[in-house]
Amino acid sequence: METNYSMTGDAGQYLNYWQKVGLAITGIGLFIIVLFWGNWNAQIEPAWFFLPFMITALAVGTGLYTWGSYKNAPAGIKNNGVYFNPLTNRGSLAWVSGVLLTLFYVSLYWYPSHLGLGLGANGSNLGLVALFDGLSHLFRNKDADQWFVYGTFYTLAILFLGAKFLVKYRHNRYQIIRTLVVMFSQLVFAYFLPFILEALGANDGGYYNLNPVNYYPLNYSFITPDRIDPMVAEVNQPIGMAYLVWGIIGFLILTPVVTYYLGKRWYCSWFCGCGGLAETAGDSFRHLSDKSVAAWKIERWVIHSVMVFVFIMTLAVMYTYFLNQEFALQFVVPSRGVGMLILFGWIVLGLGAFLGLYFKNKGKSRKYLLVGAAVFTFLGILMLVNYSLGKHEAFGIASYKIKEWYGFFIGAIFSGIIGVGFYPLLGNRVWCRFGCPMAGYMGIIQRFKSRFRITTNGGQCISCGNCSTYCEQGIDVRWYAQRGQNIVRASCVGCGICSAVCPRGVLKLENGPEEGRVNDNPILLGNDMPRMNPNVK
Amino acid sequence: MKTSLTQTMAMEHIVIIGNGIAGSTLARHVRKLSNKRITMISAEHDNFFSRTALMYVYMGHMRFKDTEPYPKSFWADNDIALVHDKVKCIDVQHQVLSLEKGERLAYDKLVLATGSRPNELKLKGEELLGVQGLYSKQDLEYMKANTMGVEHAVIVGGGLIGVEMAEMLLSRNITVDFIVRDTHFWGSVLPQADAQFVDQHLQKHHGLTLHFSEELEEILGADVGRVKGVRTLHGQKEIQCDFVGVTIGVHPNIAVTFESDIAVNRGILVDEYLATNIPNVYAIGDCTEQKNPLPGRKAIEQVWYTGRMMGETLAQTLCGNPTKYSPGNWFNSAKFFDLEYQTYGSVQAQLQAGEEEFVFQSKNGKVLVHFVYEEQTKALIGVNAFGIRLRHEVFDHWLNQQTPITEVLTNFESAVFDPEFFTQYGAEIISVFNTEKKMNIALTPKKWWQKLIQA
Ligand SMILES: Cc1cc2nc3c(=O)[nH]c(=O)nc-3n(C[C@H](O)[C@H](O)[C@H](O)COP(=O)(O)OP(=O)(O)OC[C@H]3O[C@@H](n4cnc5c(N)ncnc54)[C@H](O)[C@@H]3O)c2cc1C
Ligand code: SF4
Ligand code: SF4
Repeated sequence: METNYSMTGDAGQYLNYWQKVGLAITGIGLFIIVLFWGNWNAQIEPAWFFLPFMITALAVGTGLYTWGSYKNAPAGIKNNGVYFNPLTNRGSLAWVSGVLLTLFYVSLYWYPSHLGLGLGANGSNLGLVALFDGLSHLFRNKDADQWFVYGTFYTLAILFLGAKFLVKYRHNRYQIIRTLVVMFSQLVFAYFLPFILEALGANDGGYYNLNPVNYYPLNYSFITPDRIDPMVAEVNQPIGMAYLVWGIIGFLILTPVVTYYLGKRWYCSWFCGCGGLAETAGDSFRHLSDKSVAAWKIERWVIHSVMVFVFIMTLAVMYTYFLNQEFALQFVVPSRGVGMLILFGWIVLGLGAFLGLYFKNKGKSRKYLLVGAAVFTFLGILMLVNYSLGKHEAFGIASYKIKEWYGFFIGAIFSGIIGVGFYPLLGNRVWCRFGCPMAGYMGIIQRFKSRFRITTNGGQCISCGNCSTYCEQGIDVRWYAQRGQNIVRASCVGCGICSAVCPRGVLKLENGPEEGRVNDNPILLGNDMPRMNPNVK
Repeated sequence: MKTSLTQTMAMEHIVIIGNGIAGSTLARHVRKLSNKRITMISAEHDNFFSRTALMYVYMGHMRFKDTEPYPKSFWADNDIALVHDKVKCIDVQHQVLSLEKGERLAYDKLVLATGSRPNELKLKGEELLGVQGLYSKQDLEYMKANTMGVEHAVIVGGGLIGVEMAEMLLSRNITVDFIVRDTHFWGSVLPQADAQFVDQHLQKHHGLTLHFSEELEEILGADVGRVKGVRTLHGQKEIQCDFVGVTIGVHPNIAVTFESDIAVNRGILVDEYLATNIPNVYAIGDCTEQKNPLPGRKAIEQVWYTGRMMGETLAQTLCGNPTKYSPGNWFNSAKFFDLEYQTYGSVQAQLQAGEEEFVFQSKNGKVLVHFVYEEQTKALIGVNAFGIRLRHEVFDHWLNQQTPITEVLTNFESAVFDPEFFTQYGAEIISVFNTEKKMNIALTPKKWWQKLIQA
């Protein structure tokens, strides 16, 4: 039985002066949040003072902590004490933060009044939401709501802890550029641009729904009547249509093409907001991902089921939409028949893609592509039958129900509570690994039709296990590296941390010719003996 | 999985003493090639773990179980029996082993993969509490206990494990005096320019004091039997400390052969087929000494990679395909705190006759690459790289092809293994080379590395 230092308090963790000061100041910022949250039914004044004070405290606190952590050490990998720290080794602090984050998400999704939303006179805000009214007026000329609060916290977390990440990995240009891009993407695309779109009246909705790089199927409501109608409404032109077209191009063309050239990393660890939070705020928890083969199996089932789920939901709601004679999209899609054709066309496209990949690939795992093809065929037939019977539901279940379920189970519980609330317990990429339909979609491309791979440097691996430990996606990188095999895995988000932490320079993320990318039977370099059987690794 | 190449030898019993990289690799490969009965014995830990990662456990980067490359179930799944016990002696006449817990185990083929033992200083005070080396899992446990509450430590021996130990101690805020016998760090292996470069890097780390050209005379103890300091030999200086790390190298662990006729010198003597003088007894990994070392190679090479290659090779022999140990071009790697080091081919501490060198140190001070090549043909002989990663495949190919240094340099950028967006040094290297060697070569545009190998 190994000692869990973080539980016994026998911590090999030494906080220096600056780290302590930093933590104390961060604590003041967090205390203000808890104060306003706890007093959701009250107006604490002056908000104009507390908000900037809280933000400054968080910025200065994390800044000082960062400075204290890295000032004395030359640039390099510094994971000292990760497994001794009660926050990063599932110790007491991890549980406390996990519970608090979960409570926050529960309030956010289901009980926004517990954050103070609309509790004041005439529907004005109190508590935590009221704290943000001033900032909200500044940016969008109206009172804050829970999504504004959430979006602001989210962005601040990415910026402040992104800064910490930048200092921690300052010796690594890949990490620096990637993190700057992900911080920029959050601040501009996910945070500010939606305010502008909103001000232009293009749409109304949850905060991240308007992020122009939040593509379908991650942005699952993008192809639903609730979103389409406003996008095509006359008053919202030309931005509405531009947004719609951009979203479709993004999903249908941009995503597969860029993923082919660069791997899914361009999205998952460079542009995506979920990925952005995972890489910055979640960096300290990346080692908590489960590396077992069992987890890998569960991952494949769950993530692809979510993909099928989102696909069913979209088909169902659009089917109902097109059956409705008066749909707003009519000026683009002239009739119900054309609408149905689009849906069936989409199914055929998916089916064709799976079959195409199946025949173009070799190796064991291509058999899973047939499962995908079968699912698409099944959905197509089911929908066809229901259509010819004149049914109003594509799959026999009320489409709004399916959408509600998806929103509840996947949107809230999975991506919010488990995905972020459980960072300190399950690691920072649970959603990205097990849930995200966008990641599932790109993962299939990355695995079967892409130029991206992680190359192993000949025979240099010493099987130390740093790479596997710090892979947030739970990939047992060492398994491949020690056999001299390239890592070509659907789930790899290309964060580059395995390559960064490898003490022997064994791993390199790169894009290159597809030929030789998947080397199932590598010859480990450094042994010139003649091979009796080339299949022996 | 079980290819059963030679049904006739199906149930032959192969017993392996030691489950380190050598023993484990052998077991895996024998299993891939045959369905022979395999038993692997270790006194240290029942599951194969990566010795090279012990430091990361101490520093809190990983848990011990993260150093195990395969889950424990892997061995059972592959029908490889594990025995957690110590082999006391070998009866080579009757082909039977006696284990410490009393069991006796018969073998058809015996493979010794017993690894190394840390060298001892043989100085007064070495037995004191708080004085230790670092090799085994148990050493790690001692070190955890021995350094509890310690503020200052002394490390003797300027080699790879010494520098790792220094990094370990510093990670727990224990300051270190590092006693190095040579004039530079790892001076017996690294050329002076390279060693100096490493020295400079080490000096950047707060809490680490380097003492070159120094040795220990005595380890001083307190009444309680615990170390309280050391006295140096040349400086005659007393340094107070509560911990002394002894990292002055390792020697083959040959203890298991003592009561048998297995021939040993410093290590267990093996021929090119990794066979000992006794029929059906072989040896691989750190514990071996080559009777006839390959040209340019040492008789004893105690690194991870050689253990692995010997394991791969011997598996072939044991499965009916007698194969000579042929490790190819030398390569190795290490990390000195934050400075990564890789080497391919042969770069000796002293330039040999007929060799010429080119040492490049980048203007920003972050990178040093040391090329050695033949004076006449300019063919590449070896390269040391610090602060930059080089691609094994390409350098191996260049060494095999005796590629001239000029071609190596013009294609250098295509052979770098650094992550994307890292600073490129190709142009700078070429310009320094041109100036220093009065040449006029030009960088070729970067290309996909596999093209360099196919060419
Ligand atoms: C701290 C440290 C860091 C290192 N870093 C590197 C590095 O970065 N790169 C590199 O190339 N090399 C490195 N090395 C060296 C490398 O670890 C060894 O070369 C390698 O582990 C040797 O493997 P082996 O299988 O020959 O022996 P070992 O790994 O030593 O395995 C031998 C096993 O046999 C067992 N055994 C011995 N006698 C008996 C017996 N009588 N009965 C039962 N069991 C027995 C031992 O307990 C041991 O478990 C490092 C070594 C250390 C200690
Ligand atoms: S394999 Fe490497 S790059 Fe991919 S997700 Fe894991 S750590 Fe990141
Ligand atoms: S690839 Fe690097 S980090 Fe991973 S096990 Fe090998 S040496 Fe360690």
